[in-house]
Amino acid sequence: MTDAAILVKNVSKKFGDTLVLRDINLEVPRGQVSCLIGPSGSGKSTLLRCMAFLEQATSGTITIEGEPLGFVEGPNGRRLQTAAELRQTRSKIGMVFQQFNLWPHMTALGNVSASLRRVRKLSKAEAEDRAMAQLEKVGLKERAGFYPSQLSGGQQQRVAIARALALDPTIMLFDEPTSALDPELTGEVLNVMRALADEGMTMVVVTHEIGFAASVGNKICFLDHGKLLFHDTPEKVFAAPREPRLEQFLDTYLDRGAIMLR
Amino acid sequence: MSFDFAVILAKGPEILMGLGVTILIWIVGTFFAVILGFVVATARRFGGRLVDTLLTLPIEVLRGTPFLVQIFLLYFGGPYIGLRLDPITAGLLGLSVYGAAYYAEIFRAGYQSVPIGHVEAATCVGFSRGQTILFVLLPEMALLVMPPSLNMAVILLKETALLSLITVPEMTMTVSAIGSQQYAFVESLVVLAVVYWALVELANFLGRMTERKLSKLGTT
Ligand SMILES: Nc1ncnc2c1ncn2[C@@H]1O[C@H](COP(=O)(O)OP(=O)(O)OP(=O)(O)O)[C@@H](O)[C@H]1O
Ligand SMILES: [Mg+2]
Repeated sequence: MTDAAILVKNVSKKFGDTLVLRDINLEVPRGQVSCLIGPSGSGKSTLLRCMAFLEQATSGTITIEGEPLGFVEGPNGRRLQTAAELRQTRSKIGMVFQQFNLWPHMTALGNVSASLRRVRKLSKAEAEDRAMAQLEKVGLKERAGFYPSQLSGGQQQRVAIARALALDPTIMLFDEPTSALDPELTGEVLNVMRALADEGMTMVVVTHEIGFAASVGNKICFLDHGKLLFHDTPEKVFAAPREPRLEQFLDTYLDRGAIMLR
Repeated sequence: MSFDFAVILAKGPEILMGLGVTILIWIVGTFFAVILGFVVATARRFGGRLVDTLLTLPIEVLRGTPFLVQIFLLYFGGPYIGLRLDPITAGLLGLSVYGAAYYAEIFRAGYQSVPIGHVEAATCVGFSRGQTILFVLLPEMALLVMPPSLNMAVILLKETALLSLITVPEMTMTVSAIGSQQYAFVESLVVLAVVYWALVELANFLGRMTERKLSKLGTT
């Protein structure tokens, strides 16, 4: 068994005739934070969604802690995993979306405890106990009884993080978790993510927060037109002289806090 | 010429009977319309493309023809194919089927309005397909369709007046009969307008109360 939490091998993805991911090879080591950056439309979300099997790669394989995701190799080639097998592999993964995607008819506590009750089959009391602990971790114990519409964007995203953590995943995937937030609310979400990283959570973060990527990321992966142009430590990636495509990309961010990289 | 409402209001008990029939047919008809519409929309959503296509035509026909024509066909045309219904049954059936076509569309739009991300979030925390439908899709859809559903119920209430034309003894039939007996035709129409309007306002009021209660559950 390799030490990789996620192993992406020769993954390509087509939507119809458009090739969105081109032969991606990527290893996400355990306990590390990998940040995916790149221009809009470069395929960051698609790659992340493939890692949660919300999108099926057209070719190539993705392995989660040594287990194949979505497909199993059989005597007659690969076959799709059954729903139960897929749930098993997916249970190692927590996913956080740009649009939070909280369920509006459940309270914060309801959102976080739902999987513990329905999937883990815990009693209501036990599920809520554990959910409360997750909410406390993201600093929202006092808001447990609030509905999403009664929470700020930053609070909603923190509830969404608590929800993704409820089943104790070993890997967390984040798709632009702060992009839908007012600038003054991004800090609280990034702090929660920083704390997670400090605990040793394996994380893949699609982000436009170059500052966060540079300070928290162990690896920076730069996607451009569906190709993984390079992945390396922030020191190396951001050190001058930079790749021309990255230079061009960073130029568009100079007014968003990346000035420190100059 | 002066209005004389006394001759109509003197028939209070009869009018109340008619009102009772109106409310009964409305409530029961709307109930079945909602159930049937839900079943149809759900079959279209999860039953595959063939089911979806097969159900499109009847819905379009029902929505594309006047309710009056539909109940005439049912009540006067039914016997030609061996379907002999008494007025109240025909009225109830007609109202249920007519309403169901609209509710099916309301629920179809409701299903489509639930953000796909909410379903993906359920998938990611390990919900099965059935659990996702039961705990995420249906409750969210129910909230989304609340306002148009109440609106449709009010429309159905007003449509029940047409059932007088197939001799259902509901309020319009009762009151206009009194009106012609007493030579107080216009007065009877005014009474009808007032009572229907009061009913609609009452229904709207109850609807607003429910919506206010549920407002914090709204989509974010
Ligand atoms: N479901 C889909 N069907 C068809 N094309 C899609 C679909 N999802 C994404 N695409 C296309 O794939 C390409 C990559 O999209 P993706 O969302 O992965 O980009 P991204 O790097 O996340 O961009 P952004 O920074 O804007 O979020 C885009 O050209 C997009 O239009
Ligand atoms: Mg994206």
